Amino acid sequence: MSAWFRKLFLYLIVFVIVIWTIAPFLWLIISSFSYKIDLLSVPLQWIPRRITFENYQQLFSYKGSLNVNAALFTKSTMNSMIIAFATTLVAMFLGVLAAYALARVKFRGSNIYMGTMMGAQMIPPIAIVIPLYVILRNLDIYDTHLGLILVYLSFVLPLVIWLMRSYFATIPAELEEAARIDGCTRLQALVKIVLPLSGPGLVSVLIFAFIASWNEYLYAFIYTNVDAKTLPVLIGEFSTKLGLEYLKIAAAGVIASLPPIILALIFQKYLIKGLTAGAVKG
Amino acid sequence: MATLKLEKTKGNSLKRLRTLLSGEGVFGILLAVPALLAVFILVFVPFINSLLLSFQRHDLARPQNDAFIGLGNYINLLADPRYIGSLKASAIFSLVSVAFELVLGIGIALVLNKAFIGQGFVRGLIILPWAMPAVVNAAMWKWIFNADYGALNALVTQLGIVQEYQIWLAHPVSAMALLILANVWKETAFTAILVLAALQGIPDVFYESARVDGASTWRQFLHITLPMIAPVIMVAGLLQIIWGFHHPFELAYIITGGGPYSTTELIPLRIYAQTFRSLRFGYGASIAYLTSLLLMIPAVFYIRYAYKRIVEF
Repeated sequence: MSAWFRKLFLYLIVFVIVIWTIAPFLWLIISSFSYKIDLLSVPLQWIPRRITFENYQQLFSYKGSLNVNAALFTKSTMNSMIIAFATTLVAMFLGVLAAYALARVKFRGSNIYMGTMMGAQMIPPIAIVIPLYVILRNLDIYDTHLGLILVYLSFVLPLVIWLMRSYFATIPAELEEAARIDGCTRLQALVKIVLPLSGPGLVSVLIFAFIASWNEYLYAFIYTNVDAKTLPVLIGEFSTKLGLEYLKIAAAGVIASLPPIILALIFQKYLIKGLTAGAVKG
Repeated sequence: MATLKLEKTKGNSLKRLRTLLSGEGVFGILLAVPALLAVFILVFVPFINSLLLSFQRHDLARPQNDAFIGLGNYINLLADPRYIGSLKASAIFSLVSVAFELVLGIGIALVLNKAFIGQGFVRGLIILPWAMPAVVNAAMWKWIFNADYGALNALVTQLGIVQEYQIWLAHPVSAMALLILANVWKETAFTAILVLAALQGIPDVFYESARVDGASTWRQFLHITLPMIAPVIMVAGLLQIIWGFHHPFELAYIITGGGPYSTTELIPLRIYAQTFRSLRFGYGASIAYLTSLLLMIPAVFYIRYAYKRIVEF
């Protein structure tokens, strides 16, 4: 009886945890598929009797809503894609090389190097926002993809180095040594032996880098205006300026959340390992 | 003697240079330098630049008054009620958030560490709030907190907790509480995942021998579980305190905009207002610096701890 009761209690708590975790997001999804008139009723109907796709259609179609500039939504989504992909690729390239050197090659100052990378993550973004703004203005790359990609490297690169380094350390060095005795250079050993063995590590770091760039708000908010505006900035504008267009904000929010959430759910096992090794801010 | 010593160090540095330039060292440096250079230029140069800026009066609106004023900005800051107010708001926001995140995170991790049907699925699910863009989190909660049509009002009136719809974000205490709720919902996932991983690392034999000795569940938690997860709790707590000061810009900007009466004007919002609204670049930089300086204490603890981990790795 007591064991049975315990079991019941456990499932009850698990149920509460699940509700707590998904309820707010579920409400966002429900809202995004609802007619405004249905959500404005008091008392509120939690499960709407009918659904609609009009909130989504209006984000993408050029007619329809007067308030939401549909062209801007498509463009911002494209900007976010371009910037997140480019940042991830550049950071992976530079970061994997650096992480490999840190994990395998003994060189002076490698400890200071890691300390620097960690320090970089402890500096508040808002403290470097002003000088970076001046730099971007002077280089004439304010409100461009390139400008934002460069700025994003400032936090994605330390992340990649930090995580990849700890991943490389788990791969036995003997394998490369054997390859090098057979005449491989260091670089060949990295490309032919270490990288193929690092599949899960590379995938998880790639996803961390993508999510971090995709979700970023503050820098994009300050360093873009029209041309390079990203999806998070547009959603921020929607929800500070649009007043009553909540349902379109909900639809835009669901779309913006889909890439990181789907990636996180698919690759959760890898990500959880990375999170525990590298303490990554969501 | 002195010359001998000098020659010796000279020889040492020559040797050092040679090892530095020998195949291995050069290869390592070649691989590592581009990334370091990028981080240096993109983070540390601006950070130092910001420090210099904080010693100046640099108002874009009144360029004729620009001057080097030493610690002037900092002295003004300490007497600036709005800075002190936002420091207080950030401290409340960050510390209360961390307290809830730790308690909830540990609780969730303990439950998910038990065996039940669908365990893998639920473990995967808790990563959802972490993955979501912070700006969507903010917009989502703003919609939930909406005074006229929000889910919060519908829920609490249907449950009979309040009789009438409330304008939650118009009252300082409830505005801060809801801002913390929105933050805790997103950030708890991180703590829960970290603690869960630590729990899985505790060998079962510890509990078995405790059970043999007749220790109660509570005593097992107190004497085995807690000490084993304490380091992880330390790391998660320190990081969350720092992040609570540094990162909630979009959250507060979108949900409350700093209101009512600036009671939720967290530090990043204050810096933003001074810098990009009032265009007082020097003053804004000094706020960022003074706050970072205050956060050096938890940051140093964190870095030392994490450093030990890499050395042990």
